[in-house]
Amino acid sequence: MDKPYNNKAWFFVIPVFVLVALSAVIPIMTVINYSFQDTFGNNQFFWAGTEWFQDVLRSDRFWDALARNLLFSFIILSIEIPLGIAIALTMPKKGIWVPVCLVLMALPLLIPWNVVGTIWQIFGRADIGLLGHTIEQLGFEYNYASNVLHAWLTIILMDVWHWTSLVVLLCYAGLVSIPEAYYQAAKIDGASKWSVFRYIQLPKIRGVLIIAFLLRFMDSFMIYTEPFVLTGGGPGNSTTFMSIDLVKQAIGQFDLGPAAAMSLVYQLIVLTVCYVFFTVMSNVGVDKPDARVED
Amino acid sequence: MASITLDKLAHSYSANPKTDADFALKEIDYQWEDGGAYALLGPSGCGKTTLLNIISGLLVPSKGHIRFDGQDVTHLQPEQRNIAQVFQFPVIYDTMTVRENLAFPLINRRVPRDEIARRVSDMIDVLDLSDKADRKARGLTADEKQKISLGRGLVRYDVNAILFDEPLTVIDPHMKWQLRTKLKDLHRQLGHTMIYVTHDQTEALTFADKVVVMYEGEVVQIGTPEELFNEPAHTFVGYFIGSPGMNVIPCEIDGKTAKVGDLRIDLPAGYKTSASKSELGIRPEFVSLSSDGSGLPVQIDAVENIGRFKIVRANLQGHAINALLKEHENVPADPTLSFETARINVYENSHLVRAGG
Repeated sequence: MDKPYNNKAWFFVIPVFVLVALSAVIPIMTVINYSFQDTFGNNQFFWAGTEWFQDVLRSDRFWDALARNLLFSFIILSIEIPLGIAIALTMPKKGIWVPVCLVLMALPLLIPWNVVGTIWQIFGRADIGLLGHTIEQLGFEYNYASNVLHAWLTIILMDVWHWTSLVVLLCYAGLVSIPEAYYQAAKIDGASKWSVFRYIQLPKIRGVLIIAFLLRFMDSFMIYTEPFVLTGGGPGNSTTFMSIDLVKQAIGQFDLGPAAAMSLVYQLIVLTVCYVFFTVMSNVGVDKPDARVED
Repeated sequence: MASITLDKLAHSYSANPKTDADFALKEIDYQWEDGGAYALLGPSGCGKTTLLNIISGLLVPSKGHIRFDGQDVTHLQPEQRNIAQVFQFPVIYDTMTVRENLAFPLINRRVPRDEIARRVSDMIDVLDLSDKADRKARGLTADEKQKISLGRGLVRYDVNAILFDEPLTVIDPHMKWQLRTKLKDLHRQLGHTMIYVTHDQTEALTFADKVVVMYEGEVVQIGTPEELFNEPAHTFVGYFIGSPGMNVIPCEIDGKTAKVGDLRIDLPAGYKTSASKSELGIRPEFVSLSSDGSGLPVQIDAVENIGRFKIVRANLQGHAINALLKEHENVPADPTLSFETARINVYENSHLVRAGG
């Protein structure tokens, strides 16, 4: 059978090509381009090979920032995921309080990130901030601008406040989609509350939990705005995360080559970690993937 | 195992029921015998699931009491009533294996370990799941999952009753037969009291010794499949059971004859009636067609061949009437219609009237 062959169909795909080229391909190629070259201005470039990558991987500054990132992501994930599940479990399933709870939960998510930083910057100040002042009044010394521990505590608290809601909302969506019959069957089987959580609720929200976990990991690993506004990376370099360092290098010092190499390494780390997490978490509790039937 | 007594039971989902219509389940008084197989049959929204949930303890009735072997359990939790329930959609614990699923209700009840192992292995054999016993339950097909739901109830051999809430809805048609047969076997083997909710008359009639027919929150008849077929207590039962259902024709009753328009139809006995609405009911199986001019004049609208039978759709004085003919019988020319007199039932305000009543 003769099929009509018409190249005009390509016109439909052009908008996507243009968008992807502008938003992803061209910027990434530019960065890759920079990462292998050196420039002294005047738009003159010299081939540098893998020199920048070697520099990045050999610099303490990079490894320190990476360690801070990993520590930060680890801490906020181990707080936000359990806390988010716990809050979602206590939220009402039906009734007039449902929309109230949902709106309250969504509020922190609606605030622009730099505003969140500013809010906490003022909130934590000992002279005019409610939080800072209260802590001082209680007899503790508190200064996030000069004490490393205080700076970290404030940033972690800020992130938990800002993002736990996301985990809550995702888990809540997973929980309300569990059919009532499961709870009834569990009741009839004489299951305890813990068993209901362990064998019904947790397996049923696994999918959304993976998404929550990945989103929170990526976001926290790429954190920039809030600590930048709150502490500017200080005191010292104690809250200088990779993204902050990257911006310092690329825009502050205008070292395009090293910054480009660093951002590629950075991206590779995010991709690798997400891939590993996703693979591991999708396979937990599943045997014989060939015999799996999605329900 | 236990007998279950429903004592003036009624339920309403609104807090202050005023009229009869507010009740999802109207007052019912009945005793389910120990070890019987019962079906609750009715269209969607007739209150059968409400009744089932009251028996299982998932709902507390607004009025009346429920007793297991004479003991009042109205306010007991489901796990305290020692009943099992199988739901419309198979409920399994995804992350557990088949074996662990079956062991779960026993573990929760702190049955000794070796006892659990023994009973679970027995149950796996009974359910024909031996080759999948150590597979994760989430990968199984719908009917296998439903078997597990059923098994979780049966493995507790001392359950008072096993309740089924339309358990075959999501099962493939060819598996329905097998699973229903399995259920019937298990009932014979283990002798549990079983209550089976369905809107499918075939399921109800083949499964149950006694069928409870419900309509708009009311129990309209409780009887064996034969009773439901021969003497439907309510016109609803008449046309809900049977395929096609019973013919119901408005008429006037006058002693031993019924008048439909200007036609006279003989009745099996004399009836005294005073009700405003009288009807006679006759099953299509007992309506015959002949060409000798002895019967009632009718007009034939359509003939449907359904394999072993033909359904003749006829029109008698403006009332639709179905007749069932055997495969080899033909519709005669200039047909007249006659009813098998002994099979005619008389209804007043939709309820069956006995002769002489």
